[in-house]
Amino acid sequence: MNAANTTAVVTEPPVLRIAPPHGWWEVDFHELWQFRELIYFFVWRDIKVRYKQTTIGAAWAILQPALAMIVFALFFGKLAHMPTEGLPILVFYYSGLLPWMYFSNSLTNATSTIVQNQNIITKVYFPRLALPISAVLSGLLDFAIGCLLLVPLMVVYRVRPGLPLLLLPVFLLLTVLMAAGAGLWLSAMNAIYRDVRYVVPFLVQFWLFASPVAYASSIVPAKWRWLYGLNPMAGIIEGFRWSLTGRGDPPGPMIIVSVAVVLVVLASGLFYFQKMESTVADVV
Amino acid sequence: MTDAVIRVEGIGKRYRVGQRQSYRALRDVLAGAFRRNGKRAPTDFIWAVRDVSFEVKQGEVVGLIGRNGAGKSTLLKLLARITRPTVGHAELHGRIGSLLEVGTGFHPELTGRENIFLSGAILGMSKQEILRKFDEIVAFSEVERFIDTPLKHYSSGMGMRLAFAVAAHLEPEILLVDEVLSVGDAAFQKKCLGKMGEVAKAGRTIIFVSHNVTAVTRLCSRCILLQAGVTLASGATHDVMSTYLRSELATSATREWSLADAPGDSVVRLRAVRVRKLDGTVSETFDIRQPVGIDVVFDVLEGGKELTPNLHVFDQQGVNVFISHDVDPNWRRRPRPEGRYISTAWIPGNFLPEGYFVVGAAITTMAPQNIRLYERDAVAFQVVDSTEGDSARGDYAGHLPGVVRPLLRWETSYEASPIEAERALQ
Repeated sequence: MNAANTTAVVTEPPVLRIAPPHGWWEVDFHELWQFRELIYFFVWRDIKVRYKQTTIGAAWAILQPALAMIVFALFFGKLAHMPTEGLPILVFYYSGLLPWMYFSNSLTNATSTIVQNQNIITKVYFPRLALPISAVLSGLLDFAIGCLLLVPLMVVYRVRPGLPLLLLPVFLLLTVLMAAGAGLWLSAMNAIYRDVRYVVPFLVQFWLFASPVAYASSIVPAKWRWLYGLNPMAGIIEGFRWSLTGRGDPPGPMIIVSVAVVLVVLASGLFYFQKMESTVADVV
Repeated sequence: MTDAVIRVEGIGKRYRVGQRQSYRALRDVLAGAFRRNGKRAPTDFIWAVRDVSFEVKQGEVVGLIGRNGAGKSTLLKLLARITRPTVGHAELHGRIGSLLEVGTGFHPELTGRENIFLSGAILGMSKQEILRKFDEIVAFSEVERFIDTPLKHYSSGMGMRLAFAVAAHLEPEILLVDEVLSVGDAAFQKKCLGKMGEVAKAGRTIIFVSHNVTAVTRLCSRCILLQAGVTLASGATHDVMSTYLRSELATSATREWSLADAPGDSVVRLRAVRVRKLDGTVSETFDIRQPVGIDVVFDVLEGGKELTPNLHVFDQQGVNVFISHDVDPNWRRRPRPEGRYISTAWIPGNFLPEGYFVVGAAITTMAPQNIRLYERDAVAFQVVDSTEGDSARGDYAGHLPGVVRPLLRWETSYEASPIEAERALQ
């Protein structure tokens, strides 16, 4: 791209080459960046529509984790006496549920996004990656709103975050990347096999219990914890909770394994998605 | 560096037959993996577009025509990057705007204002651009009062006007338009056509897919005719149109039906329609000065009903030139006995203009009115003019428009004196 000279605003018109799919890696991040405004509009649209359709609107972003927190706290915490790392029960559950809800909602949204947007996919060109990406990003607003309850909870129960808080953005980023990776897989699969979206609720439910949301990962014996880390949400939730509250496992083998899995899922998701992308308009 | 803005070389798109028919279920795929009896049906392929090549220069408006299923929309989708080609490639210089549908991206829950932004962004406008053109778009759409109401409360006409307003303000260098004009009422279509004309004059390159012969003839300097995915003709609109109509009206001057598929009801069946000259020979081409005879052959299976054959004649633009029915006193209002009838109508010479004509045949009962059969596009014929000077065109060699071209009788009276007298008075 040569820079335009200072006098004229005329730039070279973009040249587009259309060719059959070739090679095994055709992800164009540059193009995705060029379409960032469109991604913004998709996120904006999803959020607006979601809030217009519920009467309680934004309150849902707090109610969903809060209600789950109460149920979990009652049944898992109080009645079943699951260990909570010495944290006050409500804080323990809320700090786990917040990233979890973001993750599971992102999965649900991402799965059906390609199919739901088939009317524009078949009419206009834009990098299809924009759709699952915006599905994953639109959940962040709900997450941010959910955080609003986290602060008073921690203040009331006098849980003071320490240095680990610096790593909170890292774990948040990991959550987003994991949601993106899994979202890419599911949205691509659902575009081709329409029954995938019926599997997702079961998948999410199963995954919830396999992750340290309802319980602390300390119930897993130390020598097996790295294996537990193969569930990427294990490392993410644990790490999130640790960076927020300072309690629980500091980054160790479990979290390292989880991070590796996240990267694998993301890379493979990108690969599978772009393979599907070239044919999606034909089958959707 | 030629100034070709679009260059397409050997592009082709192949589909697996049945690819769009049913969605696959993961469940079935997994179950199938365990069934090892090799029940794999051979996959059939169909080439929607095959080996199409052409170039478009800047500012050209190219029409893409062909019957349904010819591959026009697929070709447009390939150029719009909605689907990838199987073979071949294309190069496009400039921003591409694709107008394959009116209202792309509209969401019913959002307001008109919000939808303008959303649709504009999806169609490729930047936020800046939308902001800049916002007022113009709203004015064009004529829905100012409702701009902040959710789209689901709009009437379909309002929605369409808004959608088109957004699309009309797209300013890409290359515009790909697919039959958008086929939706909406007549006023809307006129507005669309007008806007397209403006865009064309502004120097943008347009590829226009349509069945609307009038629109294509009016807007496009060049045409590409596709048939079954391959280029059948390419060149000046007028010529390609003729080729199109000729291949479309594979309807010839004669059409016959066996009793099994003869149109009609239990009372009457249409058996044949023929176009013939005065001397009786069936012909597809007529000299403009000669009369054209159209035979309507029909069998009356149940006697006792009054039946009237009629002919509907359309020109190549789809305009109805005239409808004629048999008012001959011999059979008018007379119940017809069973048997075979051949009713012939004679279109006088020096009446129709040059061109192609499509004839539809119908048989009706007048009282009570009942259309027993109407066979559209039954036969076709063409009329050619002569330059010998004794047709209505006389010595004029240029293009003569007109739905009819009668050779009228002109009377002239002459006086030399009045002018001299008037001059003398002044």
